[in-house]
Amino acid sequence: MPQFANIAVSILFDGLAYAMFLFITSVGLSVTMGLMGFVNLAHGAFAMAGGYIVVTLTRSYGVGFVPSLVFAAVLVGAVSVVFERFLYRRLYKSTDLEQVLLTIGLAFMAIATATYLYGPIPKSVPLPDWLQGDVNLGFRYFPSYRAFLIVLGAVLVSVLWYAFERTNIGAKIRAAVDNRRMAESVGINVDRLFTLTFGVGSGLAALGGGLAIQLLGLSPSFAVLYLVLFLIVVAVGGLGSLKGTLLAALVLGIFDTGGKYLLADAGGFFVYAVTVVVLLIKPAGFYGRE
Amino acid sequence: MTAALQVEKLKRSFGALPVTRDVDLTLERGARCALIGPNGAGKTTLVNLITGALKPQSGRVLLNGEDITASSQAERARRGLARTFQINQLFRGLTVLENLCMTVGERDGDCNNLWRAAGSKRGVIDEAIGYLESLRLTDDALKLVRELPYGRQRLVEIAIALAQKPRVLLLDEPAAGVPSSESHLILDVVAALDPDIAVLIIEHDMDVVFRFAKEITVLVQGAVFTQGTPAEIMNNEQVRAVYLGQEGHRGGHHG
Amino acid sequence: MAASKTTGAPARERAANYLAKRHRFRLAEALPWLIAIAVFFIFPTRMTFGSQVLVMVMFALSLDLILGYAGIVTLGHAAFFGVGAYTVGLAAARLEWTEPISGLFAAAIAAGLVGFITGWFLLRYRGLTLLMLTLATAILLQETGNLRSDISGGYDGLPGLTFKPLLGMFDYDLYGHTYYLYVLAVLAVVFYLVRRIVYSPFGQALTGIRENVRRMHAIGSPVHRRLVTVYTIAAAIAGVAGALFTQTNAYVTLTVFDFDNSAKVMVMLILGGTGRLYGAFVGAAIYMVLEDYFSKLSPTFWQFGIGLMLVLAVLFAPRGILGVFERFGNYLSERKRS
Repeated sequence: MPQFANIAVSILFDGLAYAMFLFITSVGLSVTMGLMGFVNLAHGAFAMAGGYIVVTLTRSYGVGFVPSLVFAAVLVGAVSVVFERFLYRRLYKSTDLEQVLLTIGLAFMAIATATYLYGPIPKSVPLPDWLQGDVNLGFRYFPSYRAFLIVLGAVLVSVLWYAFERTNIGAKIRAAVDNRRMAESVGINVDRLFTLTFGVGSGLAALGGGLAIQLLGLSPSFAVLYLVLFLIVVAVGGLGSLKGTLLAALVLGIFDTGGKYLLADAGGFFVYAVTVVVLLIKPAGFYGRE
Repeated sequence: MTAALQVEKLKRSFGALPVTRDVDLTLERGARCALIGPNGAGKTTLVNLITGALKPQSGRVLLNGEDITASSQAERARRGLARTFQINQLFRGLTVLENLCMTVGERDGDCNNLWRAAGSKRGVIDEAIGYLESLRLTDDALKLVRELPYGRQRLVEIAIALAQKPRVLLLDEPAAGVPSSESHLILDVVAALDPDIAVLIIEHDMDVVFRFAKEITVLVQGAVFTQGTPAEIMNNEQVRAVYLGQEGHRGGHHG
Repeated sequence: MAASKTTGAPARERAANYLAKRHRFRLAEALPWLIAIAVFFIFPTRMTFGSQVLVMVMFALSLDLILGYAGIVTLGHAAFFGVGAYTVGLAAARLEWTEPISGLFAAAIAAGLVGFITGWFLLRYRGLTLLMLTLATAILLQETGNLRSDISGGYDGLPGLTFKPLLGMFDYDLYGHTYYLYVLAVLAVVFYLVRRIVYSPFGQALTGIRENVRRMHAIGSPVHRRLVTVYTIAAAIAGVAGALFTQTNAYVTLTVFDFDNSAKVMVMLILGGTGRLYGAFVGAAIYMVLEDYFSKLSPTFWQFGIGLMLVLAVLFAPRGILGVFERFGNYLSERKRS
């Protein structure tokens, strides 16, 4: 392949994998913020927790990588529901600032705990054979892990899209995001809906965290470092929108990868520049409601 | 003579739903006009369009002959258009007196001053207290707004609108939410308004409407159904059918 | 404060006098300054740390104007601190400009300008949009500095800056005595300005915007103009804080733009109590002292402690330490009356 096209394909491929990671981790945040208006800055900590659970299971207990991912997602999802019921619930009527501060406080506590248990050095995770090395897609070789990420992302997008657009529950969620009061008056139990979406969203975040280990490295500061990115994806995509989160993840993922490929260190620029441009033109994001 | 407020063919839709349809309305100086209509008729929406909180899709709004359709809400307020909200919009964490001083200060451009102490201009304070006295709120001057009973808060809402020295005043259900034991306070104030001000009042209580209004506009589904004097409206068969049959009793209703 | 039940002239006078006298200095206001001076004599070896505390007090004070008084929540206040810090740093390192006081003015103007431009565009938004835009602005400034790390020194920074003696007379001594008093003097001047603004009709309008922006529009207040004005002033003050940071440390790196910095100053202010002028003093002082002690002990425990403190503060003391004092004070006066 000609050099230029080769680079372009690499950028697209890696960007797509990165975008899938962003989508999987951020979609939960988008839907819960769109549904309840609750600013949860501990979301990054959920992702981090998922990552560390995978690390412990694979390294200390010899559990396979993929089963660990599933287990981490389910465990974090379940625990997050407990958090929601007993802690977050009290703050639904509070100001944005209070929600920001409380959840940042939780994130700090989580980071400190992770540092205490695992130390500050990034951890790696043993991957099964089929996820290592490259896979031949005919015209080129691609890293298997990233291909896996893309496929997994595509599957999850389809499943979530189906759940959102074609099921009863999906319809209820969309209605509640659109107009909570009206949804409640029609008999939709928004509180329970929120608990469900919160649990699923946090579980997905944990999954994303587990997937990130190989892609980006996992250390305790992950929780806050990537939180900024998740918030940007959510803001640019529009709160409560599946389509928006996906589009934002793709745009930001590819721009960031491209920027870093072409401009090395300075490439981090692009994500923030794109964010500012998009938000100035469409303050509610691609598919957000004003 | 130029009307104090003129609304021409105002149109507004929310998505596919038209909420204001070709509304024409004129308020002369000193007008006492009531805007009535069933729930969801678009009365508050019309007020929002007039004050600039909402932009119309077509149509014009003229204040003393000047086209203010493109003006912001704040600009319209500065030109003499004041309103009260259906649900109180007050500075709840501040004292009643501060609420009024702020209004007077903004009106006079006092609030552009970053240097002088707010309390040092005695004129502002005196004027603010003047409004409180005319509404018998002097005792509550130093109380925080959120500590007042709802009825007295409603009076503060009206005081703020009056402190703007408006030429056109829009009152959105001024007695709404006020317990019937206190609603006479509101109504007395409305009855005693400066005869020079053009007043439009949204109201559900027909007794208030017939006592206060010299003309009535009936709004149904966003369009002007009919307009006329109280006597004409009362005898209008269609109005009775559409509206007066439903609401006719006392008490404050939320719109 | 409740008015008594009498009507007529006495009530009118009482109300007017309360408002007219509110801005007068109270005796208790001398306390933080006395403490600051006392520290100079009691802890002569901790003067460099003391200067840092005072710098953070100024930084938190500038945030209070935006957050506490105008009610605007942002995540990028460190941007202005950084602009101020780098104005002085670059002037000293690249332009040989080392006069300290003119450096402060330059920093104020530069940071104020950035505040004016960004504020004019960004303050049309609120909520998550504004949080992300302000955050992105700070990071963009940081990345710009990183782009030309040959000029800015990158994350390694510009070390070994030297500054001319203050007013041509007072030189920087090893223990930072002169500089402590210098920072304290600048803080006093800045504080006086902020205090005047807060008690002015403009300051009153800011609280109006915070309490009910809808109402402000309806009474004709030029809200956007007011917000841009206060944002510019707050940016300028944050810039002065940043400039003092560089001067007292003789060093500046791109980490001054970190989100961490924006978050830290917000935590300090919340801790002390927003919208109270002195919340910045209380919050910054306590935070810095605790951080100095605990992070030496164990950085992990410090981080956990901060997190826990935030959670507890939101749940039980949302109005900060001064809020707790206020509630206690109200409780005491209620008891005195009954």
